[in-house]
Amino acid sequence: MELNVEILKKMARAIATTTDKEIGCDDCFEFVDIFVESQLQGKNPAEAMPLVEAHLNRCANCHEEFEALLVAIKATTDNNH
Amino acid sequence: MSERTNQEWLDDLQGSNKDEAITDLRDILIRGLQYSLSTHTRGDIELLVEDFAQDALIKILDKLDTFRGESKLTTWAQKIAIRVAYTELRRKRWQDVAMEDLLPEDSGPDFTPAFLTDPQATPEQQINQRMIVETVMQTIEENLTDRQKTAMQAIMGGGMPLEVAAERMGTNRNALYKMIHDARKRLKRELLAKGLSTDDILAAFDSA
Repeated sequence: MELNVEILKKMARAIATTTDKEIGCDDCFEFVDIFVESQLQGKNPAEAMPLVEAHLNRCANCHEEFEALLVAIKATTDNNH
Repeated sequence: MSERTNQEWLDDLQGSNKDEAITDLRDILIRGLQYSLSTHTRGDIELLVEDFAQDALIKILDKLDTFRGESKLTTWAQKIAIRVAYTELRRKRWQDVAMEDLLPEDSGPDFTPAFLTDPQATPEQQINQRMIVETVMQTIEENLTDRQKTAMQAIMGGGMPLEVAAERMGTNRNALYKMIHDARKRLKRELLAKGLSTDDILAAFDSA
């Protein structure tokens, strides 16, 4: 199979930034609610949960859901006050 | 709507106030989904949101005994609702796209690595960088299975969501992430063994 050049570039970046210890989507999902609350409280969840942060930066699906959860929690919290 | 503690939510959702608590939780899920999907989905989302909230409620009530109380119950519940909604939206959006359609028929536009247009680069540096690019390409070709290549093509090249690709390949999102992670680790190990550092790889593929 021929690899498209654009994909090669993305793969090269993905390979170069690979670490041995990465969590998968299931583990990220387990902690993303805690991560979001921590962020909304003005804390630094990336420091406390670096593996979750790294996964969110790498996985487009999990990142999209993280952003959506952030919006949803902000909206429902604001409306409750 | 009254504010509940996590324990009150758990008691109400499982006790005599169940109907009222479910109604309250559904309202929260619907409001959260309306906000998060309004920037994501065009058109009328009211019916969609109600369906997603209902599907999510079933899952939430089913998983209630796994809630560990490390976040607010409503945050935990909204996380599940977001997962339900986005999974379904992705599935619908990609339902008519085959993975094979995302595989390129040719090699695409010419790749111009930065070093080829760098006036400061010496001929020796250019040869060196070209060798790095070729080594990376060769290592990928030699070390990835067709299944790994297909997945990486569809996800990185075609933009197919991980979970959609996973479903098509008869696996799940988490397992596919792990498979690609294993592939990345192997490639990195092979490239390091060939003397290529992370910086070498990034620099060589930094196109002009």
